[in-house]
Amino acid sequence: MRQKDEFSESAESRAKWDAMGLEEQESELRESLSHFKASVDAWSEAMISRPRTAREVIVRRSWRVAAGWTLGCALLAGTISGGVYEQRQKQEQARVAAVREAEHQRQLAAERAREEEDLLAKVDSDISRQVPDAMEPLASLMAEDDSK
Amino acid sequence: MTSADDRAAQEFAEVVASHRTQIFRFLLASTRDVDLAETLTQDCFLKAHRNWSSFRGDSSAMTWLMRIAINLQKDHWRNRRMQFWRHARTNSVDLDEASDWLPSGERSAEHKMLAREKVAHVWRAVEGLSERQRTVFLLRFVDEMELKEIAQSTGLSEGTVKAHLSRALGRVRAELGKSDETKG
Repeated sequence: MRQKDEFSESAESRAKWDAMGLEEQESELRESLSHFKASVDAWSEAMISRPRTAREVIVRRSWRVAAGWTLGCALLAGTISGGVYEQRQKQEQARVAAVREAEHQRQLAAERAREEEDLLAKVDSDISRQVPDAMEPLASLMAEDDSK
Repeated sequence: MTSADDRAAQEFAEVVASHRTQIFRFLLASTRDVDLAETLTQDCFLKAHRNWSSFRGDSSAMTWLMRIAINLQKDHWRNRRMQFWRHARTNSVDLDEASDWLPSGERSAEHKMLAREKVAHVWRAVEGLSERQRTVFLLRFVDEMELKEIAQSTGLSEGTVKAHLSRALGRVRAELGKSDETKG
């Protein structure tokens, strides 16, 4: 790293700035540009002489990429298998519901048939009961005709 | 290997040794990305090595190398724009971090703070420049190249270089003016 004071403006650097077309009165601009150059120089020198870590960086990045891919694949697999499982569950539930509905309908039909049978039996019994007393003479006449 | 090849290899090794720092500095200032600047510097010298036999010495080795570096940088940004979905992230350091670098002088903490502030303003102005203006500005005020050398490196005329420099300096002045207004 440079040990000399980079911020001081020597006669040489003044001449250099003059050659660059910057006016004498623009001292602030010259100073800012001088600091800027010194800053970039310091950064560049520090970076160019640093120990190389490119291999590490690549390895770390490749790990990061691999981890990202693994996580992404796991998420995708989870989403797909979750979707398939949910779909199967829905299908199973629909099948069970259909069976239940069919059973219910069958029970209703049986119930209805039983009720109809009961009704018919009731009607039969009602029709087959004995004739009232007021109709008895007419009934005996019908019995005589039958015997003849 | 013949003695002519040996000589060429020796010459090229000297060119690398004497210009590597300058090429890296320019690419670092242009990209603010240390890894990218290193990669582009290596690519620059690789390309130069492949074409070393065709370098006729019409311009200096420095301007020739700088021209290669500028073209590599342009290609890189063009490819990035084309493949933005592959490189969503950038490794460029932010302006504040770039401004933290100051030479280890013996000035006071206050002086250093003021210098850091000024550097940050210049970085902000540089950020707002067009690609061409930025290149010309950095070649002039970081690499301290002459107008003629900048024109040779960029393939522009000296007049165009002057115009770009003038606009770039205008941006820096405006940025420094803004900082004075906020202080005031």
